[in-house]
Amino acid sequence: MPRIFAYIVHKSGVAADSALELAAAARKIDPAASPTAILTGWGADLDVACHALAASYSEVWKIAHEALAYPNAELIRKALQKVLPTNSIVLVAHEHFGIDLAPGLSIKTNSAFVSDVLDITGVDGANLKVVRQEFGGQVSAHVRCDISSGAVITIRPGAFKPLEGAPVRGGVIDKSSDIGALTAGRRYLETVVAEAGDVDITKFNVLVSIGRGIQEKDNVSIAQELADALGAAVSCSRPVVDAKWMEKSRQVGSSGKTVKPKVYLACGISGSFQHLAGIKGSPFLIAINKNPKAPIFQVADVGIVDDILEFLPELTNKVRELRHVA
Amino acid sequence: MEILVCARRVPDTSENEIQLNSAGNDIERDELVYSINEADNYAVEEALQIVARVGGTVTVATVGGEDDEEILRREMAMGANHGVLISDDAFAGSDGRGIATILKGLVQKGQYDLILTGIQAEDGGAQVGGMLAALLDYPFASLVNSIEVLDGKELKVSREIEGGNKEISEIDLPCVLSIQTGINEPRYVGMKGIRQVASLPIPTYGASDLGVDPSAVGEAGAKVKRVDYFVPALGKGAEILKGSREENVDKVLELVTAKGGLK
Repeated sequence: MPRIFAYIVHKSGVAADSALELAAAARKIDPAASPTAILTGWGADLDVACHALAASYSEVWKIAHEALAYPNAELIRKALQKVLPTNSIVLVAHEHFGIDLAPGLSIKTNSAFVSDVLDITGVDGANLKVVRQEFGGQVSAHVRCDISSGAVITIRPGAFKPLEGAPVRGGVIDKSSDIGALTAGRRYLETVVAEAGDVDITKFNVLVSIGRGIQEKDNVSIAQELADALGAAVSCSRPVVDAKWMEKSRQVGSSGKTVKPKVYLACGISGSFQHLAGIKGSPFLIAINKNPKAPIFQVADVGIVDDILEFLPELTNKVRELRHVA
Repeated sequence: MEILVCARRVPDTSENEIQLNSAGNDIERDELVYSINEADNYAVEEALQIVARVGGTVTVATVGGEDDEEILRREMAMGANHGVLISDDAFAGSDGRGIATILKGLVQKGQYDLILTGIQAEDGGAQVGGMLAALLDYPFASLVNSIEVLDGKELKVSREIEGGNKEISEIDLPCVLSIQTGINEPRYVGMKGIRQVASLPIPTYGASDLGVDPSAVGEAGAKVKRVDYFVPALGKGAEILKGSREENVDKVLELVTAKGGLK
């Protein structure tokens, strides 16, 4: 088996949750694997993250360079090209940094590339067999990947359960002197924090959340009327923001807000993993969608196959009726 | 600025439910409605807006067959100056690297300052833009949600990172950017607009036109191959309410009240 590496994203001295998920994925490729973690960065934060991770990985490679203080994918790719043995398998979390780094790394290491992998089902000769999703999770696909000249694989966050086990006493190996000078055609300037918005959807017990099924901007009021009647807020999924029907501050998901309501009414939302990643705290999830095959029904507690444009107004009327009587 | 946008025609998930075929090895392709990949359409709109500000031309290219020409016409109706169909039997079965290798041939045939792709296709891997950049040794940024032209040599770009935050960078030209949905509001294209460009020529390039080694692309060069489609066995799944709409309304209200702590 080729050697397996996990590139670990970290911030303020703390490795991302995906660090242990990548180790679990490595074991699914090769149950005997002892994957090596690679961390890049600069200063005390990097040292703290490396030492903490040595409790989970038997070997941790540290690459410290002033130019890597902010994670610039082009610079990190060049650093990795210098230290990775040929034919390695490199695992990276499938989030905004991995999406930036991994495809180009596979070209430069002349290895196969598979993205957003949910499961690894085995090795058959030179082929690794993995599972991906397509069409927003409506169908899954078995994918075969020739790893004879190595592979770069991005792993879906949350898809691999971290392994239980006693901490290991791994060693940190400093590879910083191997990388030489680093220059990039892209230079980081600053991070602009998302605007707060008019309503803080993270503060509500009940969210009426709308997706593409709301169909047009004028229909947002249908959800707003229900939310008003319930004392809830309206949140939404990505397509609603892309279409400029609601502000970005209302978006639930990995590129939007993380919410922890008690009840989440998913209305006309298909249920992509990026959206579900923003729903925490296991709320009671009620899904209403015209499409009985919508992936949201796999994760919801209760589902209703119906058109939200007809169902929601009736629900609103019922709420008003009861409240009026009360 | 000379801009190349790489686009694809895909089954439109806003128009179709994607289901398995009866053999259980592919999606049901009969009666599927196809359209330009959503993120690619945003990329074309962004290219048109840049050219409106600083001048230049927009070329839209796709790797595929004659059916795929319809998306080139659609984007030309939006305002793209040129469409290019890249088609060759040798390209069938290409993986992401194969497609990037083919597109590299097209880039090297022209003089492009900026190359845009959509961040991801509905059935894709968010890979071709980053691969193309690496093959060309151009700088790259993914998940781009705003572009400002600083001068003839640099752009200021924003990437969408976690929590809706934006990562701002400068990037040297020529470069490759993969565009996130929502970066702009793509203009509407009507049938009339498409008819107006119906007779414009769309050149077709094959492997030899682009200097692409047929053995490096297509099925022969692919390290990655989709074996089949399937629908995983459901876990618990939702309890589907089977009542009338009125009964379902009552039940939902009861659940929201109980679980949400409403009075």
